Amino acid sequence: MSIQAIKDSKVKAFPAPAKPAEIVAFTARTRRRFDPASIASKLASALVPPVVVIAIMLVVWQIACSSPNASLPPPGQVWNEAYDLIAHPFFDNGPQDIGLAWRVLISLQRVAIGFGLAAVVGVALGALVGQSVWAMRGLDPVFQILRTVPPLAWLPLSLAAFRDSSPSAIFVIFITSIWPVIINTAVGVRNIPEDYRNVARILRLNQFEFFVKIMVPAAAPYIFTGLRIGIGLSWLAIVAAEMLTGGVGIGFFIWDAWNSSRLPDIIVALAYIGVTGFCLDRLVAAVGAFVTRGTTAK
Amino acid sequence: MMAYLKLDHIDKSFARGGQVSEVLKDIRLTIDKGEFVSIIGHSGCGKSTLLNLIAGLTKVSAGAVLLEDKEVDSPGPERAVVFQNHSLLPWLTVYENIKLAVSKVFGRTKSKAERHDWIMRNLDLVQMAHARDKRPAEISGGMKQRVGIARALAMEPKILLLDEPFGALDALTRAHLQDAVMDIHSRLGSTTIMITHDVDEAVLLSDRIVMMTNGPAATIGEVLAVPLDRPRRRIELASDRTFLRCREAVLKFLYERHRFVEAAE
Repeated sequence: MSIQAIKDSKVKAFPAPAKPAEIVAFTARTRRRFDPASIASKLASALVPPVVVIAIMLVVWQIACSSPNASLPPPGQVWNEAYDLIAHPFFDNGPQDIGLAWRVLISLQRVAIGFGLAAVVGVALGALVGQSVWAMRGLDPVFQILRTVPPLAWLPLSLAAFRDSSPSAIFVIFITSIWPVIINTAVGVRNIPEDYRNVARILRLNQFEFFVKIMVPAAAPYIFTGLRIGIGLSWLAIVAAEMLTGGVGIGFFIWDAWNSSRLPDIIVALAYIGVTGFCLDRLVAAVGAFVTRGTTAK
Repeated sequence: MMAYLKLDHIDKSFARGGQVSEVLKDIRLTIDKGEFVSIIGHSGCGKSTLLNLIAGLTKVSAGAVLLEDKEVDSPGPERAVVFQNHSLLPWLTVYENIKLAVSKVFGRTKSKAERHDWIMRNLDLVQMAHARDKRPAEISGGMKQRVGIARALAMEPKILLLDEPFGALDALTRAHLQDAVMDIHSRLGSTTIMITHDVDEAVLLSDRIVMMTNGPAATIGEVLAVPLDRPRRRIELASDRTFLRCREAVLKFLYERHRFVEAAE
């Protein structure tokens, strides 16, 4: 639109009548970082509902398992018999008698190696599949079939290949968690806007620069979705794998407790596994949120 | 004189599923150094395709794009593009977006301090130095486009290609940016090709206006020289005879002789 030349004398702009300026009071933004009352109320609203639910569950459980011929121990009995495990997660009385936190850490160490490898290899393969049509046509069907194989089905084969339980367990984690990483990375790479590719082409970025500077940051939200699913799966897999391979991890502890009929110990171990899995998930989500800040907003 | 940029009998057709659609046919145009040329036409006439051909983002089917007598067949920083939707990388700050370009283009020839000065000079040129640490999501559409222009200029291109750079902006912001582009063009004398569908914008900014016929097989219908002195001021031009005559000529071309036919789509 253009500003037309207005020669017509009838059309005339009148200056707007002067109005007394209004004073608008700005409410100063509250600068105080710590407002005890509001923090307390936020905490309460976040904590009270789950605490109430857990309390109700414990009560129901206690009532349901109180009869003398109940097959599972009630929470009171768990507390009494497994008090050592609950109160002292870090005790160390020799090779097979250690606190549950140590066992969780040993399992986590395996997960760290297996999942770390899966993340690196998964992102690289996912980038290849997302970038190249031929790689996708060739590899995608293979991935789609392999990813449906349950984690433990890999275990006998990996025991045969590695002839040792520890690398076998790590391999099971690797092979379980790599598929969501590959598939999500590939989708992310395929969804990189054409404009970003054009920017890269005009700047003549080479393959490596494109991978580091455009592809990984642009696909980061997808990559982290894959990593988050992957870490959840690897935590599932490690417990199952350790039950079969032995060692000192949390999985084997459960199997051992079952063989010596220590049901309260199993229940405590389950709580440890659940809390750890939850923390892992939140950790990856938090790292993802930090790394991809700004990427998702357009 | 040798032409700076020469479009030599360019044809472009796309093949899709056995069907070949001819988009551009026999495009011939020469552009001198320092010239500001607009390409105008109805939507779907292939003007963006033409810009992509010059940028090297798409390859010609026949003919050639010659820049300083050398054939262009791949994209490069000497033909920087300002995209319609800015295409800034959202995970980088304003400064880092330009740094990406400057490090790549001048990584070997300029020292780190020189590169920093160069980034800041280009940000100053578009008056965006104050927002250097902001991310694209935190600045307005007009500001993003300014940064996009700064990024293109920072490559020190031989030709600046603007692909409907102001299309997504409101009228007032667009006017500001047009003034900014005129100012930069007069200061740097950069050879510029701009795609637009805005008649006033084309007349205001250009030395010559290239008018495209409707597709399929669109070609250059007419080229209009705009004999207005620079610097140009939009208020004065609003009643300027030459301006109005040029404007009328473009309008006539677009709405009388080459009316947009919906059915042709």
